[in-house]
Amino acid sequence: MVGLTSKLSRQQLFQWSRWPTWARAYLLLLPAIGIIGLLFGGGLILACLQSVGVIGILGEAKPSLAAYGAAFSHPELGRSLWLSFYLAALATGLSTVISVGLALLLRSAGRWATIACQITLPIPHLVGVAGILLLLSPSGFLARLLMAFGWIQSDQDVPLLVNDPHNWGVLIHFLWKEIPFITLILLAVLRGMNPYYEHQARALGANPWQCFWNVTLPMMKPGILSASLIVFGYIFASFEVPFLLGSTRPRTLPVLVYRAFTDTDLGKRPEAVALGLLLSGVSMAILALYLVLTAKSRQPYAERGDA
Amino acid sequence: MITLPRYGLIGGAIALLLLPFLPLVIWSVAQSWFFPQVLPDQWTMTHWMQIFSPSSRIGEGLLQSLAIALVTTSLSLVVGLPAGRALGTLDFPGKMVLKLFLLMPIIVSPLATLMGIQYVLIRLSLSGTILGVILVHLMPTIPYMTLVLSSVFANLDLGYELQARSLGGSPWQVLWTVTLPLIAPGVVVGSLFAFLISWNEFLLTFIIGGGRVFTLPMVLFTLLQGGNHGLVAAVAITSVIPGLVFLVFASRALQQNHALGGLGNV
Repeated sequence: MVGLTSKLSRQQLFQWSRWPTWARAYLLLLPAIGIIGLLFGGGLILACLQSVGVIGILGEAKPSLAAYGAAFSHPELGRSLWLSFYLAALATGLSTVISVGLALLLRSAGRWATIACQITLPIPHLVGVAGILLLLSPSGFLARLLMAFGWIQSDQDVPLLVNDPHNWGVLIHFLWKEIPFITLILLAVLRGMNPYYEHQARALGANPWQCFWNVTLPMMKPGILSASLIVFGYIFASFEVPFLLGSTRPRTLPVLVYRAFTDTDLGKRPEAVALGLLLSGVSMAILALYLVLTAKSRQPYAERGDA
Repeated sequence: MITLPRYGLIGGAIALLLLPFLPLVIWSVAQSWFFPQVLPDQWTMTHWMQIFSPSSRIGEGLLQSLAIALVTTSLSLVVGLPAGRALGTLDFPGKMVLKLFLLMPIIVSPLATLMGIQYVLIRLSLSGTILGVILVHLMPTIPYMTLVLSSVFANLDLGYELQARSLGGSPWQVLWTVTLPLIAPGVVVGSLFAFLISWNEFLLTFIIGGGRVFTLPMVLFTLLQGGNHGLVAAVAITSVIPGLVFLVFASRALQQNHALGGLGNV
C-alpha cells in the first residue's frame, strides 16, 4: 500500500498541469539561488579560469596548467590533505558520538538543559581559540592550577597542548565548540519525535538498549547525518583554528592555501588558486560520496517507503 | 527521571564549557600575572580602557562588525523567506538539487571561490569596501537562514492563510498578521545564526576586505599573533557580548523544535 501511494504522488508531482506551482516555487527560490549562483558558482568558475591562466591575475593571460603542476608537486600537499581530513573526521566523529549521548541524557531535563547547550553557540571561534590558548599553553591557567596543587614541579612537566604536533589544541577547541551545537540540533530532533514508537517497543518487551538501537537511533539518523555533515564541512575548511592552535608542520590544507595566497610573490597566486580549487574539489567529492552513501537513511523516517 | 548523578554529569559538562572563559576574565583585568601565580598580583582596568580609546581602532572594528552583521542578517532574511517558503511548502521537479546547491557554501570550502570573487570585486571597485564584505557574508548566511525557515514553513498549517484570505484579507495583510507571527520563532533563530556567522567571520572579511574593512575578528586575529594577553582577553570578551545579548532575546524561539530541527535536515 505504502509503495503504491508513494508512486502515485510521484506521478502527480511530475504532471505538467502542475506547472503554475512549479513556476511559483522557482520564482520564490530565484533570489536565493541567484545570489548563491552568482557568488559561489561564479566565483568558482572564475577561480577555475584563473588557475589555468585564461584570466591573468597580474593582467596578462597565458593559458597553462603550470599552476596545477606547482600545486600537485607542493612538498606538503599529501600530508596537509591527510591532516585536514584526519582532524575533521576525528573531531566530527567524536563530537557526534558524544552529542548523541548528551542529547539522550538531556532529553527529559527540560528547558534549562537546552539553554546550557547554547553557552558556546554565540562564542566566536577566535574567542574560543584565545580562551584555549590562555588555558592550555605551557604557562597557561591549567598549568598554574596543577602547580598550585603540587601535581607538577615546573612548566616543563605540562604536556604540550597548543601548537603541538598532535594538534590536541585544535581537537579540543572543535569538541568544545561543536558538541553543544550538535547536541542542540539533536535535542530539537528528539523533542520533535513521536515518543509513541519507543513506548510501544518498551511495552513489547524491548530492553532500553534494544529500544535505543532499533527505534530511537534510526529515528535520529537523518538529524545525526545532517549535523555531522555541516560540522565536517566546517572543520575541513576551517582556517583560523588550525592556523593559531595547530601544528606548524604539517599544516592543514586551508592554512597552506592561505600561505600561498598571502605570499609576497604575486606569481604564486595561480598556485594558491589551484590549491584552493583542490580543497573545494575534495569537499565536493566528500559531499557527493556522503549523499550517495546516506541517500536512504537521510529520508525522514515517517516518509520512507519501507517504513 | 532526573537523578543526582545526572545533575552531576550535566553540571560537570557546563563547568567544562565555561572553563576557557576563566583565564580570559582574569587576564582582562590582570596587571602582572607571572607563572606560576594562580591569581595576578595587581589588577588593572587599562586593557578595558584601551578598547574604548579612539587610538586603538577597536571601537571602530566593533561598529563595523555590528553594521555588517545587521545588514547581512536583514538581507539574508529578505532572500531566505521566499526560498524557505518554496522549499518548505511546495513540491517541484529539481527540489533536492536546488536545495543542495543552496547549501553548498556551508559544506564546500569557500577559499577558491573567494579568489574568483575577489577578481570581480576588484574590477567593480568593491574590493576593500563594506558592501563587498556584506556580499560575501551572504554566502554562508543565506543557506542557514533558508534551512531554518524551510523547516518552519514545512510545519506551518497553510489553512490559517487560506482562512484569512477567504475572510477578505489582502496578501500583504495575511503576510503581516498571520504568516509572519506564526513563523516568528524561525525568523528569530535564522537571524540569530546569520548574525553570529557574520559577526564571527574572519577569512571572507580578510580576503575581500583586503585589510581595509576592519572588523572585530580582524582585530582579535591580529592581537592573537602578538603577545598582549590582557588586551586579547578584553577584546575576546567584548566580541562575545552582542551574540550573548541576541541569544538571550532568542532563547524563547530556540525552544521551538521545528526551527532548530531544520539544521538536522540537510
